[in-house]
Amino acid sequence: METQNTTFTFSRRNFLRTTALASGGMLIGFNLFTACKSEVEMPIDIANLNFNDFNAFIKIADNGMVTIFSPNPEIGQGVKTSMPMIIAEELDVPWKHVHVAQGILDNKNYQRQVAGGSQSIRFGWDALRQTGATARQMLVNAAAARWGVDASTCNASEGVITNANGETLGYGDVVKEAAVLEVPENVALKDPKDYKIIGTDAVNVDIDQIVTGKPLFGLDYKAEGMKYAVVMRPPAFGKKLVSYDDSAAKAVNGVEEVVRFGDKVAVLASNTWAAIKGKNALTAEWEDDSEMESTEDHDRILVDILDGNKFDERRNDGNVDVAFANADKVIERTYDSPFLPHNCMEPMNFYADVKPDKIHLVGPIQTPSGTARRVAEMLERDEEEVYLEMTRMGGGFGRRLYGDFVMEAAEISKLAKKPVKVVYTREDDMAAGIYRPAIKYRIAASIKDGKITGYHLKEAAINRNMYGLIPHFFPAGCIENYRVDTANYQSNITVGAWRAPYTNFLAFAEQSFFDELAAELGQDPVQLRIDLLQNVKGSTDERIEYSGERMEAVIKLAAEKSNWGNAPDGVHQGFAAYYSHNTHVAEVAEVEMDSYGSPVIKKVIVAVDCGIVVNPTGAKNQIEGGVLDGIGHAMYSDFGFANGSPTTTNFDKYRLIRMTETPQVETYFVENGLSPTGLGEPGLPPAGGAVANAIKAATGQRLTQQPFVKYLGKENKEVQG
Amino acid sequence: MPSFSLKINGKNMTVNTDADTPLLWVLRDELNMVGTKYGCGIGQCGACTVHVDGSATRSCLVQVSAADGMEITTIEGLSEDGSHPLQEAWKEVDVPQCGYCQSGQIMTAASFLKENPNPSQSEIRQAMNGNICRCASYNRIEKAVAIAAQKSN
Repeated sequence: METQNTTFTFSRRNFLRTTALASGGMLIGFNLFTACKSEVEMPIDIANLNFNDFNAFIKIADNGMVTIFSPNPEIGQGVKTSMPMIIAEELDVPWKHVHVAQGILDNKNYQRQVAGGSQSIRFGWDALRQTGATARQMLVNAAAARWGVDASTCNASEGVITNANGETLGYGDVVKEAAVLEVPENVALKDPKDYKIIGTDAVNVDIDQIVTGKPLFGLDYKAEGMKYAVVMRPPAFGKKLVSYDDSAAKAVNGVEEVVRFGDKVAVLASNTWAAIKGKNALTAEWEDDSEMESTEDHDRILVDILDGNKFDERRNDGNVDVAFANADKVIERTYDSPFLPHNCMEPMNFYADVKPDKIHLVGPIQTPSGTARRVAEMLERDEEEVYLEMTRMGGGFGRRLYGDFVMEAAEISKLAKKPVKVVYTREDDMAAGIYRPAIKYRIAASIKDGKITGYHLKEAAINRNMYGLIPHFFPAGCIENYRVDTANYQSNITVGAWRAPYTNFLAFAEQSFFDELAAELGQDPVQLRIDLLQNVKGSTDERIEYSGERMEAVIKLAAEKSNWGNAPDGVHQGFAAYYSHNTHVAEVAEVEMDSYGSPVIKKVIVAVDCGIVVNPTGAKNQIEGGVLDGIGHAMYSDFGFANGSPTTTNFDKYRLIRMTETPQVETYFVENGLSPTGLGEPGLPPAGGAVANAIKAATGQRLTQQPFVKYLGKENKEVQG
Repeated sequence: MPSFSLKINGKNMTVNTDADTPLLWVLRDELNMVGTKYGCGIGQCGACTVHVDGSATRSCLVQVSAADGMEITTIEGLSEDGSHPLQEAWKEVDVPQCGYCQSGQIMTAASFLKENPNPSQSEIRQAMNGNICRCASYNRIEKAVAIAAQKSN
């Protein structure tokens, strides 16, 4: 406890604050996404870290070891590894001296944190580099002061500071002095050519715990006195609970309590199995509160919407009606997709302990901050009373953006007055909702004198439509007369974001359609896209985020690496390219026919422009996963409703891609030195289109409906053309 | 409640629980060994794979009464220090994304390699087909199993 020196030097510019730690070493707090409050003090004890004031911390110990506490939710996208790499690069320490910790070091003082989402790297890039560089400069300044020399004559590398006389000091030697120095502004950042960590492979920081089965995930979390709660929810969308009988449930060994909340009933037990058995032993009477919907109804309703004329206009360039009227030919296709559940391998679960003075929440959640606020509102409590700890997540895919399961845990804990862990069975997880909405697209294009003159896309979706800048993605800006219209049907089936929302299916529809246009025009599909992209180059339309130049570059790279157009006999290629989540991706799928005459996807060659690749092994893992996820759901996954209930609730009927069905994915990155963008989602959207186009090349069949396996080798449901 | 004697990772353990409790929940809830994961509860995903008398087995489908007296190995007991060739290969290839299914993948692979120490690529793909990876890290699982087999030979 020799030092209590806390500096109050605050730089708005760098969002940084430093302190000398009572326990030794130096603590640096910074915010990745927003400037922190100007009045915030740094703790002198690491146990008092407040993630509400800063959302990330670096600790440099006396021995030079660096700990980076990362607050960003880790759902398998790799940010727990890649974000600290960026700090370590500018701090200039050997990566092996860095320990990364999810902010779970202090249960008592753990507070709300900011979720990075799929934009973590893109938004964090500048702040992470600046933070590392600022800390490094402070250490250099401290060493220079001790030597009595000008800091500009000193150099720092690999955790060691060297002066002009060749004398050296380790970071740990000067960390106490550095902590009390003023935070410098305008520190120099490294030239990317000098990077030692960024651009090298860093293995997942949790690898040792993962391969040895250590507790990491929400479902692994336990607390003293905790009860397991399994919940009976309405058996169909649109049903309400009238009454229930829990006598059989209460007779189950281990069942301790049954609690009704709203239209749900929770069975609390001393172990998960007893809670599951208790829930299965409940009987209940339900009544219809609204219509019992079915996939058959949805299909009819969405087609009616597409056939009608009630749409919201999302973008309208030129005049598609005139272009269509003057065309030599108009091609129109309709594409449809089912609802999809997320099916995270770790089913939804959350721990809640609602006490008079504090609300403690622990578990896997992509949106900790917003969820804590909603829990406080529901319980009519002060937000400051909520303490939320994040665990590693067994997948997210968008499902864990929604805190419905956290609200359930909090409500049950409040009613039962004890700590509870809500656990979803797989059936609960698949039936409780929040699905990718079922969507149909109708795309029409006009051709005049061998050129595409008009493009009109209509979207009919359940509950919600495409959002943000999606209507301004390719081919917006490439075709003179271009229009996007959307409409939706309000259903009682809950929908939400699912990995690469909307574009996960839109890209398939559009990229399949362009393959047909190329065939119609007698052009090579790759050349057609390159020709179209020339029209968007130099566009001054600020809504268009994608770059004609960058898209052309990934297209050319994928074509080159796949030897496009020159595949060996028996190998059929399909092409797709798509921009989403600020990253440009092009994919070539290769299909061969097996001895039974069925198409087999053998390989996918991927070209990606995400700017600088921070962690190549993690980046490739994201692309491999995104491509195979995209193929799996396009090929196999089906989900529908009958009388308001899902027709599938477990993996016996719901098909996810398995190893024997996976092609090898080869990934290539464009090297352009530009600031990095995210990779969790962009690999997925082009995959379905690339595969559909390759299957067309192999079999002659044009697939317009997902999942493909339902339609492969059969006549298309709708008459095309 | 009835009592059962289990031999888990070489240690004798006694649990008092209903006879129909799946081994999965005994491991996770009673014995605090949470490396074995719950994924589907019906033997379709493989996340709960353990070895029962040396064979890869879905612990969600084995009632504790049926496991009485049998030798059970879980991911926690696959090696003393995480140095099983498969665990090493998993690190070398940087297999996991979310990581949730990986202990089940490794346990399936470990049993498979014991039976078939020198597998072809196609045999690896067949052997691992029962384990779902929702993040689809399949290419890397395939590669890691091949590397572990090579290094063990």
